[in-house]
Amino acid sequence: MINKIVQSIADAMAGIQDGSTVLIAGFGAVGQPNALIEGLIEQGARDLVAVANNAGVGHEGLARLMELGRVRKIICSFPRSSDPVVFETLYRAGKIELEIVPQGTLAERMHAAGAGIPAFFTATAVGTLLAQGKEVREFDGKQYLMEKAIHGDVALVEAWQADRWGNLTYKQSGRNFNPIMAMAGKLTIVQSQHIVELGDIEPENVHTPGIFVDRVLHVPYGDPSGF
Amino acid sequence: MADTKVAPSTAQDFKPLSRTQMAARAARDIPEGWYVNLGIGIPTLISDHVPMDREVILHSENGILGMGPLAPKDAIEPWLVNAGKQYVTLRKGGSYCHHADSFAMIRGGHIDLCVLGGFQVAENGDLANWATSENDTAPAVGGAMDLAAGAKRLWVLMEHTTKDGTSKIVRRCSYPLTAVGATQRVYTNLATLDISPSGFVVVDMAPGLTFENLQARTDAPLRMAG
Repeated sequence: MINKIVQSIADAMAGIQDGSTVLIAGFGAVGQPNALIEGLIEQGARDLVAVANNAGVGHEGLARLMELGRVRKIICSFPRSSDPVVFETLYRAGKIELEIVPQGTLAERMHAAGAGIPAFFTATAVGTLLAQGKEVREFDGKQYLMEKAIHGDVALVEAWQADRWGNLTYKQSGRNFNPIMAMAGKLTIVQSQHIVELGDIEPENVHTPGIFVDRVLHVPYGDPSGF
Repeated sequence: MADTKVAPSTAQDFKPLSRTQMAARAARDIPEGWYVNLGIGIPTLISDHVPMDREVILHSENGILGMGPLAPKDAIEPWLVNAGKQYVTLRKGGSYCHHADSFAMIRGGHIDLCVLGGFQVAENGDLANWATSENDTAPAVGGAMDLAAGAKRLWVLMEHTTKDGTSKIVRRCSYPLTAVGATQRVYTNLATLDISPSGFVVVDMAPGLTFENLQARTDAPLRMAG
């Protein structure tokens, strides 16, 4: 019997190696896998490359992971929030590397990774500072940049419902980066508000099919807060 | 367009548009049926000026199509935020998608219009709105480059000048670009400007403002429509 549901945060986070690229889903606090980020802090892996839309708020979650010196590099589109103090301090001190990526390019680089596409061309950022060092190719008279896939060694995902096969749904705008990162992770770990029986999610309503999911932890934490 | 005929005036005679008026002015030009993405800041205010019976479908890049107004304080859905991370609502007929699909709508040319804020717009349509060379904070681009390059139309809604009176309507952008040649129209507190192959064309001006007065506040050369 396939059962991807794990019983503890330690089981969920087991085996994450130093130097891993970790995809962390969410848009601000919405759809952000807070329990798994805390689990990663406990688990101890270091020298990490974090991929997330934002760069943490206050001194918790991703900000805490960075503050502990565990993140070598962050790849994100918008390293600002209501309180980006940790990232800003590390960045000014030259203690963290930043790769800034347009949000849609960031999403598509992971989408491509999950779909086995090593690179793609986009008009986004052509002629800007973010095009530096990237191959430019012309198609039908228009210029495009080559952008490479971002693979995650680990993806941390937050779902609304999950079953033991790893089929997932998301709530409202909590979907955001979650399905894409689930596809792009070699080891995809999910925290889910609800665990349901196999078949309880209507087949037509499965947002992420279980093939993209490795482990599921039940974390009924309630509503997101804090941006 | 209205408002192009103005009474003779002195420099003090005109009244710049408020932010609300700027948003209302831009909203007038958005027809029913368009799929529209409104950037963070003043552009967000545009949605307040599109009447609900004119069906304009708002897109938010974090995966909402058919976004409604801001949520009333007593009816917040904690899982429903816009790109500026404000609590919003969903209109009947609205839907959610993931980030790659949301940006496929943008990159794939399905969004009819994007309205962004700006630091500078140049007469060749270049937009600079994500970084200035003046601060030492880390750069943050969000979805601006994707929207500017991908939407069918790009309008910019911004103040005409900086607080010290420096024109934001320029011959060439001095700040890092968001997109090359992408802007079609600019709404400022002083005027509505189209970008033509030969530069900025004045569509209308704030009440009481003369062309000479507008040009005096503008780095790039202007010409009247028609």
